[in-house]
Amino acid sequence: MHDASGCNSTYNTHDEPRWYDMPSMVFISALAEVDAILGDDAKLIDDICRAAEELRPRFIAIAGTPIPMMMGTDFGGVAHLIEQRTGIPTFGFATNGMNSYNKGATMALAAVARRFCPPDSEVKRDAAAGDAISVNLLGVTPLDFSVTGNVEAMQKSFADAGFRVNSCWAMGDSWERLISAGKADVNVVVSSCGIGLAEVLREKYRIPAVTGIPVGEAAQKELFADIRAAAESGRDIDISAPDAAGASFVVIGEPVQSASIARALRRDLGIESVSVISPLDFPDEDMIFARLKNAGTVIADPLYRPAVPAGCRFIELPHEGYSGRTFRDRIPLIMGEHFNDWMKKEMSL
Amino acid sequence: MIDLHNPDWSGASVKIKDASSLDPFEYGLEYGSPARGLWNIVHTGMLLPESHQIFVCAQGCLRGVVLTAAEMGAMDRFSTVAVCENNVLDGDMEALIIDGVADVIHKLPKKPKAVLVFTSCIHHFTGCDLNYVYARLRERFPDIFFTDCYMYPIMRKTATPPDPMMRKRLYSFLPKVEVRSEKSVNIIGNNYPTENSSDFVRMLHGADFEIRDLTRCRSWEEYQTMGSSRLNIAYLPAALPALTDLKERLGMDYIYIPLSYDYEEIRKNIKALSEYLDIKEIDAGLLEEEAERSLDIAKRLVGETPIEIDYTATSRPLGLAELLLAHGFNVRRVYADSFTAEEKPAFDRLRGAFPELELRATVHPKMGILPRAAVKHDEKVLAIGQKAAYSSDTPYFVNMLECGGYWGFDGISHIAEDICDAFTEEKDTKKIIQVKGWGCNC
Repeated sequence: MHDASGCNSTYNTHDEPRWYDMPSMVFISALAEVDAILGDDAKLIDDICRAAEELRPRFIAIAGTPIPMMMGTDFGGVAHLIEQRTGIPTFGFATNGMNSYNKGATMALAAVARRFCPPDSEVKRDAAAGDAISVNLLGVTPLDFSVTGNVEAMQKSFADAGFRVNSCWAMGDSWERLISAGKADVNVVVSSCGIGLAEVLREKYRIPAVTGIPVGEAAQKELFADIRAAAESGRDIDISAPDAAGASFVVIGEPVQSASIARALRRDLGIESVSVISPLDFPDEDMIFARLKNAGTVIADPLYRPAVPAGCRFIELPHEGYSGRTFRDRIPLIMGEHFNDWMKKEMSL
Repeated sequence: MIDLHNPDWSGASVKIKDASSLDPFEYGLEYGSPARGLWNIVHTGMLLPESHQIFVCAQGCLRGVVLTAAEMGAMDRFSTVAVCENNVLDGDMEALIIDGVADVIHKLPKKPKAVLVFTSCIHHFTGCDLNYVYARLRERFPDIFFTDCYMYPIMRKTATPPDPMMRKRLYSFLPKVEVRSEKSVNIIGNNYPTENSSDFVRMLHGADFEIRDLTRCRSWEEYQTMGSSRLNIAYLPAALPALTDLKERLGMDYIYIPLSYDYEEIRKNIKALSEYLDIKEIDAGLLEEEAERSLDIAKRLVGETPIEIDYTATSRPLGLAELLLAHGFNVRRVYADSFTAEEKPAFDRLRGAFPELELRATVHPKMGILPRAAVKHDEKVLAIGQKAAYSSDTPYFVNMLECGGYWGFDGISHIAEDICDAFTEEKDTKKIIQVKGWGCNC
C-alpha cells in the first residue's frame, strides 16, 4: 500500500481477519511528507526492491491511496521498473481510497488471472473428473464471507448438489488450484469482487458465468439449475433480483449477496415485496433514509440500525466489508438451508 | 521464497553493542503487528467529555476511524464527511467541510459542547484554507466550541506527528483565567490515569493538592476547571507539545518529570516537583526499599526465564530493560524501531554492561514472517508489552501500555507485581492484544 500509515491499522484489524494467524506480506510504503512533496518515487521503488529481495514473494502488487493520487504516481511505470530490477512479476493499481473495496478487489483478482493463468491451449482438463460440472467460485474474500463458516458451507452446498469446486478465488485454496481455473465448466460470481475475474476467464477460456450465492433451499436450486444450463449452453446467465417499488422488505448490502437473499426471500418465504439497496459507492445517506421510510423489515449490517424508522423490524446481517470485525461473532450461516433456519428464527422473534 | 529454517534477521535485529545509534534500523516498507492496544486519535479524542468528533477524509481512510468508534460503542459521538474525487478536482474542499460539518450538527439529537473536526492529509496538500473554514463554522454555530484536529499520518515523521498533536489539541478548549487555584495542578497528555499510589501523586495529595486530569473528567465543566490550575505536570514525551502550547497560549507553567526507571532520575524528579511547589518531599528512600523488595520477589519467582520488552509498554523500554538486567533478570530482547533521546543514557550504559542485549525492529518487513516462525514452543517466555507478546507467541505477558499509569518507585513495584502475575497466570493473548485502544471506556 503506497500510504503514509493508517491503512495498516485497518487491514490488520478489520479487513483481513486472518492477520493474526497467517503470515502475510502486506506492507505500507510509509510515505512521508517530504517524499510526497518531492515526488520521490525512487525511494518507493528502492524500498520495495529491497524487501522483495529479502522476502522473495511470488508477485508484488502496489496499490494507491489519496496522496499518491494527488501526486499523480504512475503505478504502471513503478511496477514496470520494479519487475525489471527484481525479476518478480509486479502489478500497479491506481486505487485512491475513494471507492469501495470491491473495485480494488476485482482489479486485483482479474490481474492475477490475466498474468498467471496459462493460455487455453496449455490447460489439461482432468479426464477423471467424470460428469460432474466443475465450478470456479469467484470473489470469495474475507470481506464478503468472513471466517465464520460461510465459505465452507458454500462449498458444501455446491458439493452436495453434485458440482465439483475447481477453485475458490481466493480463500483457502493453493496457488496451483487457483491458476488451474481454466479447467472449470462454469464461473460462479459469488461477490462483486469476482466480476472482473469472470471477464478474464471468459476471455481466456470461454467459461460462462452465473452470478449468485446458494442461499435458501429453493433459491439455491434455481441457482444450480442456471449453472447447469450455463454449462450446457456456454452462455452467461444473468439472474435478476426482485426490486419492488416501495417494497416493505429491504435488503441492504453487497450486491451479489443482497440480490441472492432477496431471491431467497421471494422463492423460499414467498415474500413478494422485496427490494435491494447496495450502496457500495458514493453511499447517499439521505437516499437510504428516504427509501427506508416505509420499510417494514430491513436486513442489513448492524451499523445501519440508526437509519431504520421506528417500528421497523431490523434483522442483523453483519458484513466485514461494512462493519469489519465489530460484529463478527453475530454473522449467521446463510448458505443453503441455513438461510431458512436463520430467517425462521429471526422472523419469530 | 524466504527460508524459514535458516532465517536471516539482518536489518531487523541487532545486538546493542553493534547498534550505531538510537535509530538502529533502516526505514523502508513497514509491517503492522496485530497488537493494537495503543490508543489512536479517536480513542484519545473521546476523552473530552460532551464533545463530538467529525472526520473529513476519503472513505477508505474513514473506515479505520469509523470502526474504532463503533468498537468502543461511541458512534453517537462520531460522524464523518467523505471526500470524493470530485472534491479534489473541483477545489471546493472548504465548502465541503463547512456544509458537511453543519449538516452533521443539524442532524444531531443534542448539540455537543465542543466539536473536534479532523481534517486529513488531503487537506494539508490541497492548501485548504482551514482558518476560513473554522471562522465560518464559529459564525454559524456560536454556541459550540470548534477546534482543529488532524488525521494526517503523512506527518508521522515530522515535528508534529498525529499522536502528540492530538494530545495537544485536546487542551485547546481550556480558558485563559486571571486567577489560578494555588492548590490545584493538572496532569497533562496521558491516555491512562496516573495511579494514586504513584510517588509524586502521593506527595501532592499529602500537601492537599487537587490533581486534575482529563482521563478522570466526566463533564465539560470539570474539564474547563483545568484552565485554572497552577501548574501542568507531564511525564510522557508525547505530552511535551501540549505543555509548551499551554504555556504559550494560556501562560500556564509546567514541569516535565519524565517517566524513568533510573533511581537517581526518579529522585531528581521528585525533588524538582517538591521544590517547584514548595512542598515536603516524599521519602524516596522508603519507596525505593519497597521497589527493591518487589523486584527481589519477582526475580526469585521468574528466575532465568527469558524476558522480552516492547516500546508499547513504556516510552523507556531500554530504561526498563536496564533496571531488570541490573537486578538479575534475563532480559534478552527489546522491540522498538527507534528510541527517544531520553533513552540515550540507558542506551550507552547497556552497550557497556549488557552488550549482548538484542534490539529488534517491529515494523521491518521481516517481522511479518520471521518471529512467529522462529518461536520455540517448549520455551517459556515472559513478555512486557503486547508486541513482544505477539512476536514471542507467549500467553505470559504484562499487558501494560504507555506505562499503564505507573510512575516512580511505586511504578516499579507495580511492574514487579505484574511480572509475577504474568508469570503465573496465562492470558488469552490473541483475544487481548487485538482489541484496539485497550482500556478506553468512554
